Amino acid sequence: MTDGNDQVLSVRSLSTEFDGEDGALRVVDDVAFSVGRGEILGIVGESGSGKSVTGYSIMGLVDPPGRVASGDVVLEGRRLDLTDDAAMRKVRGNAISMIFQDPMTSLHPLLTIGDQMIDAILAHRKMPKREARSLAVEALRKVGIPSPEVRVRSYPHQLSGGMRQRVAIAIASLNQPALIIADEPTTGLDVTIQAQILHEIQMLVADRGMAVIWITHDMAVVGQLADRVAVMYAGRIVEEGPTQAILDSPAHPYTIGLLGSLLGRNRGKAELPQIPGSIDNAHRLTGCRFAPRCAHARAECEARPPMVEVSPGHHSACILATEQADG
Amino acid sequence: MAVYVLVRLLQGILLVFLMSIVAFCAIYAVGNPISVLVSPTTPQSVIDKVVSGLGLDRPLHEQYLIFLRNLLDGDFGYSYVTGQPALGMVLERFPATLELALTAMVIAMLVGVPLGVWAGYRPNGVVGRMASGFSMLLISLPPFWTALLLIIVFSIEARLLPTGGRGEVASVLGISSSLFTQDGLRRILLPAVNLSLFPMAMFIRLTSAGVRETVSASFIRFARAKGLSTGRILSVYILKNIVPPVVTVSGIIFGMLLAFSVITESIFSWPGTGHLIIKSIQTSDRPVVIAYLMFSVSIFIVINIAADVVCAVVDPRISLSGSR
Amino acid sequence: MAAYARRFARNRMAALGAGILLAMLFVAAFAPWLAPQDVYDLSTLDIMDSRLPPGGESFAGGVYWLGTDDQGRDLLSASMYGLRVSLVVALAGTTAALAIGVFFGILAAYAGGAVDTAIMRVVDLQLAFPSILTALVMVALFGAGLEKVVLAIAISQWAIFARTLRSTAIVERTKEYVKAAVTLRYSSARIMLVHLLPNSIAPLSVLVVAEIAAAISLEAMLSFLGIGLPVTRPSLGLLISNGYSYMLAREYWISMVPGAFLVLLLLSINLVGERMRQLNES
Repeated sequence: MTDGNDQVLSVRSLSTEFDGEDGALRVVDDVAFSVGRGEILGIVGESGSGKSVTGYSIMGLVDPPGRVASGDVVLEGRRLDLTDDAAMRKVRGNAISMIFQDPMTSLHPLLTIGDQMIDAILAHRKMPKREARSLAVEALRKVGIPSPEVRVRSYPHQLSGGMRQRVAIAIASLNQPALIIADEPTTGLDVTIQAQILHEIQMLVADRGMAVIWITHDMAVVGQLADRVAVMYAGRIVEEGPTQAILDSPAHPYTIGLLGSLLGRNRGKAELPQIPGSIDNAHRLTGCRFAPRCAHARAECEARPPMVEVSPGHHSACILATEQADG
Repeated sequence: MAVYVLVRLLQGILLVFLMSIVAFCAIYAVGNPISVLVSPTTPQSVIDKVVSGLGLDRPLHEQYLIFLRNLLDGDFGYSYVTGQPALGMVLERFPATLELALTAMVIAMLVGVPLGVWAGYRPNGVVGRMASGFSMLLISLPPFWTALLLIIVFSIEARLLPTGGRGEVASVLGISSSLFTQDGLRRILLPAVNLSLFPMAMFIRLTSAGVRETVSASFIRFARAKGLSTGRILSVYILKNIVPPVVTVSGIIFGMLLAFSVITESIFSWPGTGHLIIKSIQTSDRPVVIAYLMFSVSIFIVINIAADVVCAVVDPRISLSGSR
Repeated sequence: MAAYARRFARNRMAALGAGILLAMLFVAAFAPWLAPQDVYDLSTLDIMDSRLPPGGESFAGGVYWLGTDDQGRDLLSASMYGLRVSLVVALAGTTAALAIGVFFGILAAYAGGAVDTAIMRVVDLQLAFPSILTALVMVALFGAGLEKVVLAIAISQWAIFARTLRSTAIVERTKEYVKAAVTLRYSSARIMLVHLLPNSIAPLSVLVVAEIAAAISLEAMLSFLGIGLPVTRPSLGLLISNGYSYMLAREYWISMVPGAFLVLLLLSINLVGERMRQLNES
């Protein structure tokens, strides 16, 4: 975990449930992590892992039938009440910003870029529109949009996909947030564009010491970008630690499976190794949720494995790790 | 943009032209138009005189050319019933229909749009469910039945409002309308409400569907992530998104209103073009029927073009030159 | 089929609507046997029984549950027969529209190119006009009467069927089984009829229901205005207009009873159609 003074965000016991026909489903189950200044935390998982919902929960954007059941969230020393919408609105777009997948659908099609940026500024600070507009132009310039004074009057459909995502990043950084949550921002984009976006984020982090949570299913991106990684499965964090440690010596069968299926590691093989089984019904298990698909599953896995330190700063929630730590 | 309007207008003229051929063929080539004018006991010599007088003994294509030439002169022939110029009769009554249709449209929008927006925003609330049930009811009630109902309740039982006719007309800023007199308002209320029911249902459904779609759109989520207030999100982000479809449909609905007014006008004895066409059909007054059809088609085309233009102005994504 | 019915019935209003609709269809089909009075047989009508309010007693001692009209016709029976007429005419019209629309739709989708464009232009033209206008044109040109009304309905509705079917058929046309049929050198007619048609028809089901309701409405409107069906076989629209002149005398039931039948019919059809649309979308 990061050093207390430099901590931007600390999350403990975060749980989010969705009410359904068969009772409430714990989509995020007792999740804990923290992010420090200038640090990029990658949250990795497949669909259904709860990684996006974790992001929404921290932002207070969980809509019925979902709700945050519990959570101890501290942002820059202040406790956040995730269920108090009025209070969270002051935080959203201000101290914490979020960017989403597919910028075409994030930006309102009928409003100019400038208007949408000015909205973001004026929602949190009082200033004349003119001033807000020049701030917007500056922000566009910072993310590398050419001729920002002209672009400010454009509509989203007049920009390319990469530029739109830059605009989204610009909007997110307008109010100097302490933390940016990025939910799959490069999924579906060209590799070249993806590289540009990654670069922009890295610049923001380097320039302003912003903290970033990067949510993705793409282990490769995380490997390039993140300082620390948290691996999620079926609503729980199963492993977390420094990126290099996780890549070199993964300590959870799921992580091992994920890494094993990466293309880069499988050159020359005829078949890509896959993790057998599927995530269905894992959310209902109270014990280890990965057990049904795990080659090493044992009777002890019916109880929820605790997070155990495998090496400095590197934790894993697996019975194997517990044994390794003890023995 | 000007090019676009021009092209559409030309297409419209072509359409009107085609319509004239259809109308002509049907009216003058089908059946014996004389049968209306003369009784069976009229001697043949008189019949022949009438026929040649109306030019009905000339070959068909000649008749059509004469017909066309007359049309371009604004001469649609004379009513078999009143002897007045057919087109004149139609134009004379058009303001009354326009007045009724506009009033109905305004009522429908003022009630339908806010109701629809609220229903779309909170679809499971009381208002939401009532609104959708209400709109379904409105669509199922035939306009002549609702007219009867309104008359029974307000005119006969409650004796509040008169059963028919148009009120006195007053002139404001050069526009004369019965809306400007108290008597006029009393008389227009029931027919306008009756006519507004169907478009009201359409507006409720359209706006509620539009709002529902927009609310779950990701740009709304992004707007919330920016920390915008609910008020701003609702008033600007959501509303702006439903304006284009509402505007397009308004144009179409208005056109439909002009046609659907036939029922309301007939029941409430509203002296508009709808009333005229029904009477003309019943009395086989063909010149008036043709005049009405040509006129309606033209109005319709103009309204459609206008709606498309307004839509393009409101939605920057639409370019009239064809590329979307 | 049974599974569909079960899903359908989850919405109670829709289930109620379906029940009412089935009941009305039953009544319409068996009206001659169910109706207490044969309203077409003038000898059974007693002018002394005219304009009796609902529950009134007849001269012969029976009860007229829903009252009588100005000719002494039992309104319950007249409405049942009227229901029958309205339904038959609407169904005839919509079926004709369906036949025409399907034909042109499949043709346009299969032939493609200039044929497709030409047909679709005509469709767009037709769709630009409200149905009442088209119906008025038809009646104005060809006069009133049963066949004309059915024709008017058919002409005002074929276009929407054509367009919807064409859209579906165009998608189907790209699928493997059509390509297989073409390779096997089946005749165009056979491909269109046997392969394309059955697989493109499903989305039409919701549309057909909506259009039947529209046809009923249209016919009622025309008959009400006196330019629809003839007086000899009155539809609900005609019955309603018949009673109109007695409104001022406060004998509302003469109009309201057939009116209630009509509204109930339209409501139930719309409820069913709406539910079908909901199920289709999910």
